[in-house]
Amino acid sequence: MKDKLQEIKEKALEQIKAAEGAETLNDIRVAILGKKGELTGILKAMKDVSPEDRPKVGQMVNETREAIEAKLAEAKAAFEKAEMEARLKHEKIDVTLPAKKLKAGHRHPNTIALEEIENIFIGMGYEVVEGPEVEYDYYNFEALNIPANHPAKDEQDTFYINKDILLRTQTSSCQVHMMEQGKLPIRMIAPGRVFRSDEVDATHSPSFHQVEGMAIDKDITFSDLKGTLAEFAKEMFGEDVKVKFRPHHFPFTEPSAEMDVSCFKCHGKGCRFCKGEGWIEILGCGQVHPHVLEMSGIDPNEYQGFAFGVGLERIALLKYEIDDMRLLYENDTRFLSQF
Amino acid sequence: MKTSLKWIKDLVPGLEVTPQEYTDAMIMSGSKVEFYECQDSDLEKIVVGRIEKIEPHPDADKLVVCQVNVGSETVQIVTGAPNVFENAIVPVVLDGGKVAGGHDGSKTPGGIKIKKGKLRGVESFGMMCSIEELGSTRDMFPEAPEDGIYIFPEGTEIGQDAVKLLGLDDCIVEYEITSNRVDCFGVLGIAREAAATFGKEFKPPVVKETGDSDDVNKYISVEVKDTDLCSRYTARVVKDIKVGPSPEWMQQRLRSQGIRPINNLVDITNYVMVEYGQPMHAYDLSTIEDNKIVVERAKDGDTFVTLDGQERKLDSSVLMICDGKKQVGIAGIMGGENSMITDDVKTMLFEAACFDGANIRVSAKKIGLRTDASGVFEKGLDPNNAIEAMNRACQLVEELGCGTVCGGVVDVYPNKKEPITLPFEPDKYNKILGTDISKDQMLEYFKPLEIKYDEASNTLLIPTFRQDLLSYADIAEEVARFYGYDKIPTTLPKGSSVKGGISDKMKLEKLARNVAEYSGFSQIMTYSFESPKVFDKLMIPSGEKEREAIEISNPLGEDFSIMRTLPLNGMLTSLSTNFNRRNKDVRLYELANVYIPKALPLTELPDEREQFTLGMYGEGADFFTMKGVVNEFLEQAGLNAEEPEYTSEMKVHDRPYLHPGRKADIYYKGTLIGYMGEVHPAVCGNYSIKSRVVVAVLDVPAVLTFSKEKTIKFSGISNFPASTRDISMVVPKDIVVGSIEKAFKNKGGSYLESFDLFDIYEGSQIKEGFKSVAYSLTFRAKDKSLSDDDVNSAMDRILKALEGMGIELRK
Repeated sequence: MKDKLQEIKEKALEQIKAAEGAETLNDIRVAILGKKGELTGILKAMKDVSPEDRPKVGQMVNETREAIEAKLAEAKAAFEKAEMEARLKHEKIDVTLPAKKLKAGHRHPNTIALEEIENIFIGMGYEVVEGPEVEYDYYNFEALNIPANHPAKDEQDTFYINKDILLRTQTSSCQVHMMEQGKLPIRMIAPGRVFRSDEVDATHSPSFHQVEGMAIDKDITFSDLKGTLAEFAKEMFGEDVKVKFRPHHFPFTEPSAEMDVSCFKCHGKGCRFCKGEGWIEILGCGQVHPHVLEMSGIDPNEYQGFAFGVGLERIALLKYEIDDMRLLYENDTRFLSQF
Repeated sequence: MKTSLKWIKDLVPGLEVTPQEYTDAMIMSGSKVEFYECQDSDLEKIVVGRIEKIEPHPDADKLVVCQVNVGSETVQIVTGAPNVFENAIVPVVLDGGKVAGGHDGSKTPGGIKIKKGKLRGVESFGMMCSIEELGSTRDMFPEAPEDGIYIFPEGTEIGQDAVKLLGLDDCIVEYEITSNRVDCFGVLGIAREAAATFGKEFKPPVVKETGDSDDVNKYISVEVKDTDLCSRYTARVVKDIKVGPSPEWMQQRLRSQGIRPINNLVDITNYVMVEYGQPMHAYDLSTIEDNKIVVERAKDGDTFVTLDGQERKLDSSVLMICDGKKQVGIAGIMGGENSMITDDVKTMLFEAACFDGANIRVSAKKIGLRTDASGVFEKGLDPNNAIEAMNRACQLVEELGCGTVCGGVVDVYPNKKEPITLPFEPDKYNKILGTDISKDQMLEYFKPLEIKYDEASNTLLIPTFRQDLLSYADIAEEVARFYGYDKIPTTLPKGSSVKGGISDKMKLEKLARNVAEYSGFSQIMTYSFESPKVFDKLMIPSGEKEREAIEISNPLGEDFSIMRTLPLNGMLTSLSTNFNRRNKDVRLYELANVYIPKALPLTELPDEREQFTLGMYGEGADFFTMKGVVNEFLEQAGLNAEEPEYTSEMKVHDRPYLHPGRKADIYYKGTLIGYMGEVHPAVCGNYSIKSRVVVAVLDVPAVLTFSKEKTIKFSGISNFPASTRDISMVVPKDIVVGSIEKAFKNKGGSYLESFDLFDIYEGSQIKEGFKSVAYSLTFRAKDKSLSDDDVNSAMDRILKALEGMGIELRK
């Protein structure tokens, strides 16, 4: 009996070894372990074995079966592995073939720059607000310390609808709306379209965008203005960018300044980009004029703070090295798809 | 505004700086320098020489060989210049030197190097120079010959630096002066700033008393009728006038300003205008009738011939200078032809006045004549400066010997402008700036600015030329300027924090951008104003509400003259640009306002409504692709409680710019929220687009109203199986599938989970006037497996409703 089992086992292992594929293995399994298989036949013959020997023989039969099954499984795994390897080898592709283009659309460079600016200020606790584009003269000029016949009114070449209503020339009008609401302290930025009667050329457009900013509280100082805008410049243009504040004049801020950043292309050495100066003018800013606070119902003896205005197109042109402002409003997809 | 650096250094004697150092410091103290230009940067080794001998060139008819004594030696120079002669004194650039450009006036950046060489075989060791080669022009040096070498006057010392002698060893600094600093439109004002910036002493000219024992009142009287427009009028008289050239120093300073020297009288008025920032005017006294000057407004309809010979139309807002009988000048803008100075003038009237800046600006604009003088007056001058300028001019008349100044001055100055006082509040200045600058330090900054401190009253006395200093904030800026903006600390605001963030509308915009972009649309920006012709291009008939647009009263031109009431022109123009540049398959979107007036003409602000506009042509550009994008946006925006309704029955606007059979208004919960469709082929033609174009416009405020209702609530997933039934129908052509779906929804009951259109067909196998439509309906319950009876009863209700609509079932 023992020999018989040994014989079956050896024969089975030999056949498995010689098998050429998964199907042959199945045939072997059926021939030995199937209902009519050799080993099954031996089990059927157990009734002829003496009862005292039965457990021992049974154990031997099981051991044989397990050994064969293990070998079959091993061989099957090997065949599958080989098969997969062959398939993977066959499926090799040329990875340098051109990509299939995703047809997602593109965001306007102005919007990309604006979102960056918004995120920086939202991170500093600023609220983003909006104001009307068609505006009363009062909000655009008078409440900003620019009374009738003030020379600054001429400088800004305003489009008028009638003598009281105009197209806003600056988002600074949003400062006034914000202050009039009377909710203090204020930390806001107000992006939006503004209009000035400039003929269209590479650096001018009669319609462009500004982002106004304002912070009012009991003790917001000019040094806070410097710190806030320096932080903005670093986040916008890079950690190693330096800022310079120069005295300037705006009717609605006092003291006033213009902020330059060190050229982020040449790092201040001077290049085509910064016209050899090493610095690029970015924005105008200052401490809100006490008279402006007063006109909007805020007591300048109690509250003070700063305001600033950035030209959005200017930032977009600089940051993305766009050399002609007209491209921003032509909307050629060969331009738009680069952003 | 520009100044010569040499002139500034003459007024601030201790100032020893390079042009770059000067520029950097002036910018940081608030006088913004635009650029500076050193006139001699490309001039090297140029001396004064005398031509001792001229001989013909042996091999060239047009050349001569000159022996030129340049002081230390005599050099041989070959020249082709026609105007040289023996003993002529000329500028000579020596071997190895440089000139600024060619003698045709062209400038060569970096200059042109001059080396010894041979001209037609004869050695030449340098070059004699024309004024153009020295980088200047005949306009600035009228005595220079038109085509030839510059000739110095006889007796000019040879061997000296010719550049210096001509005053070209100077640096011209160009400033951007802000409108509040009227005082800096004069060289003296800039010099005062320079002195304060560098901590040096400012030495303005000392103006002495002038005039003989004669009395000006015998010659002229002045009456100012409109004192609101003329706060001060000063007049003096100069007699026995000798017209001639002004001295070289004055000519050089005028040239540095780009002003051409003319004669002593003209030069003095120009010089004082530059120096003091106060325009002056001179009249020939013999033309002034009744010995009288009257300052009054013109009358409507008056005309007047200015000294340029042009007739000007006036009205009653324009201020005029008149004599006893007639008008002789437009105040602050230009004098009259009838009183102008000529070469044989004997006695002259000098005027230095102060006119209302705003009125001058408006008048100059109205008359269409903006002059150097009006440009200065319109900034609003300090009346106290007028008399100083007048006396300075008279002093120069005496110094230059161009006439005898009459004693006394006529000065009409009814309301003298006094300096204002402000309390000295160092703590307040520090609180604004975030600094800790000492009181004494502040007072030091004020001294060179001529702001005087009175300790007893603790007040600051502000000089009248500083019209910009009116409050503590202005004084804080003066402190900051001279403390240094760069030294002010850099801090972040302390104190109460505020919640930052964006509004619901901005969130909706972000969502619109995201949906548009992942659907392949790129963002555009177009102008808010456009041409009224746009309405014709869009085929909007007259009388249609969409034509009621706000007009700009002073547009850049008709093309930018009305505020848009619908966004399609911007979109179609951009699509057209792309189409005509052969860009394929273009999809664009815009988020921008239209401007709907509440009434015209405008009495209150219009309704600014943001429109989300999508437009496309090319592959996949069909109505239903666009409808899918719109639905995706609406669903994401939270308009998902029910399906948006698309109807081709246009109730508000007919939208003639869309294809009559392929347009729809979009409603949500009964509210119009937008429209979409194929653009009418004729409109496409008007925009030169030879392709089908599909657009959609969503009204952001309307969408926002519903978007705010958005709630997200999980409704569970059924574990029970679904039953599906397919139905195939023969439908009269004019029944839209929307009404079939409405029947499904109304009659399907709670078990109807979904329905999908899987076939729609019109053609030979279907009878005329009908179409075949097939749907698959899915039923499912959350709490049980549906029985056939459950599904059948729902189907029966649906079929009955369909039959009622004239729809037959196909078996």
